[in-house]
Amino acid sequence: MNKWEEIKQQIVESPVWQSIFRHGYDDTPRNRVLMVSGNVWLHLHPSKVRRHGIRLKFTWCMGGITFLMFLITVVTGVYLMFYYRPVAEYAYADMKYLEFDMPFGMLMRNMHRWAAHAMVIAVWLHMFRVFMTGSYKPPREFNWVVGVILLVLTLLLSFTGYLLPWDQLSIWAVTVGSNMARATPLLGHEGPFAEFAGVNAVYDARALIFGGGEIGPHTLLRFYILHCIFFPLVTTLLLIVHFWRIRRDGLSGPAL
Amino acid sequence: MAESKQIKTMVDVGKAALQVSDGERVEKTLLRAKGPGDDKIHTWPHLVRAEFLCFLAVLAFMLVWSLLVDAPLEQPAAPTRTPNPSKAPWYFLGLQEILVFFDPWHAGVVLPSFIIVGLMVLPFIDINPKGNGYFCYADRKWEILTFFGGFHFLWIVLIVVGTFLRGPGWNWFWPWEVWDSHKVVAMSNVDLPYLFGFRDYTLSALFGLAVVGGYFVIGTALMYWLIVRAKGREFMERWGMARFGLASFLFLNMIAVVIKLVMRMGFNIKYIMVTPWINI
Ligand code: HEM
Repeated sequence: MNKWEEIKQQIVESPVWQSIFRHGYDDTPRNRVLMVSGNVWLHLHPSKVRRHGIRLKFTWCMGGITFLMFLITVVTGVYLMFYYRPVAEYAYADMKYLEFDMPFGMLMRNMHRWAAHAMVIAVWLHMFRVFMTGSYKPPREFNWVVGVILLVLTLLLSFTGYLLPWDQLSIWAVTVGSNMARATPLLGHEGPFAEFAGVNAVYDARALIFGGGEIGPHTLLRFYILHCIFFPLVTTLLLIVHFWRIRRDGLSGPAL
Repeated sequence: MAESKQIKTMVDVGKAALQVSDGERVEKTLLRAKGPGDDKIHTWPHLVRAEFLCFLAVLAFMLVWSLLVDAPLEQPAAPTRTPNPSKAPWYFLGLQEILVFFDPWHAGVVLPSFIIVGLMVLPFIDINPKGNGYFCYADRKWEILTFFGGFHFLWIVLIVVGTFLRGPGWNWFWPWEVWDSHKVVAMSNVDLPYLFGFRDYTLSALFGLAVVGGYFVIGTALMYWLIVRAKGREFMERWGMARFGLASFLFLNMIAVVIKLVMRMGFNIKYIMVTPWINI
């Protein structure tokens, strides 16, 4: 045994190492199962999968890519949060500051934005794949419903983030997108039956979204909190349900 | 050899793929397995490796994309300076485009709600047990055609139109045309009752109501008849009235978007029904 092997053995046999890692990389059937079941992250998978399930042709990997996009936005988003203040006077200046003065600021911002767009596209493709393989059929009906809520959340995450740069693009896109709410039947002041319900410009569905009758600093704070805390939290909770269900029901496939 | 003679062109390949039915698909997967009960493989290393490689490739792609293309940042927000056109984020532009054919309460609130509800009830409406867990067109023609119509045709095409073909005043501009914010478009739209000679307000409203109501009544009856003809009475009994009613209501609403699109673009018709409360 040479010197390096000896050091390696000492490390692997040390109590510290053994307290963290329970087994090595031996390629035995037993160890292959342990690899998955003994790891909190990997055990989101079952320890064995149907042969077709790992083929790119079947899943297009789109659920996984959607999840990866979510993770990228979480990591880059934390970095952006360090430098960004959701206050009308500062928000835009902070974007410039981030772009020009912070190390990797522009890169982090770009990755955050492109991953958000990519997540929307990936989640559509994922839904399309699940539809095409008929994977919403029993017993996976409920997971499809959870998926639809995740789809809506993905759009809401993206939409609330859109406002935060506080530039012309963002406030007008959000204004146009939210204006629909004032036309909600009964709940919007320009919608059908508004007088009957007694809503007005500062007290209706759009005012609930804006935090007032017009888009403004209050909207910025509201969207920031929804974007950075509320929607990510709800999305995470539903992702747990989504993944748990896939684990329980197994990936769909042709009947044996 | 006989096989290679049959399949000559890509079209043949496509046709062959579409014709494969339930039984054959299952057989293929089973053949790939090495023996009985050997359809399963270990997650580690097979699935984890595939995921990891996919992860690396996508991450590299995202990095390169982010290094090459900067996220947009325009002038600081100015609530008094409305840009023309003002566009919603691209993924909502399909809905904004529908605003051309419908009032905001319908295009912006009711239709999106129907889309979400429609997607959610899909697994409970679709009782076809075939086509679960494999790609196959032949086993699920109607489901797939409807999804393609709604998702690919309506949702995606309208997003493309809203993103690339709409300019100032939400007027239509081809990509090679200059965005002229003073472009004058003749406002020659009329309402359907007017076109049919109704001038009295109440009569127009009643006529419009009859057309919209008639559309749903006749449409539902027509769908009932078509489905019974295509699938048989036995299927309709198994499907049940609740499923049929929900499915045909949502379907007719989807087709209504196409109908209004054609009416507006082709015949300059604005509303079908005009009342003091809602217009359709
Ligand atoms: C944030 C959004 C979402 C994430 C991160 C996500 C993630 C995943 C992942 C990783 C899988 C495993 C298989 C695969 O990769 O295809 C999966 C399966 C599944 N997803 Fe999603 N998903 C999301 C949204 C949706 C949506 C919008 C739907 C449908 C409307 C949906 C319905 C399903 C169903 C039914 C399965 C089981 C598929 C099968 O067994 O073949 N998910 N999801």
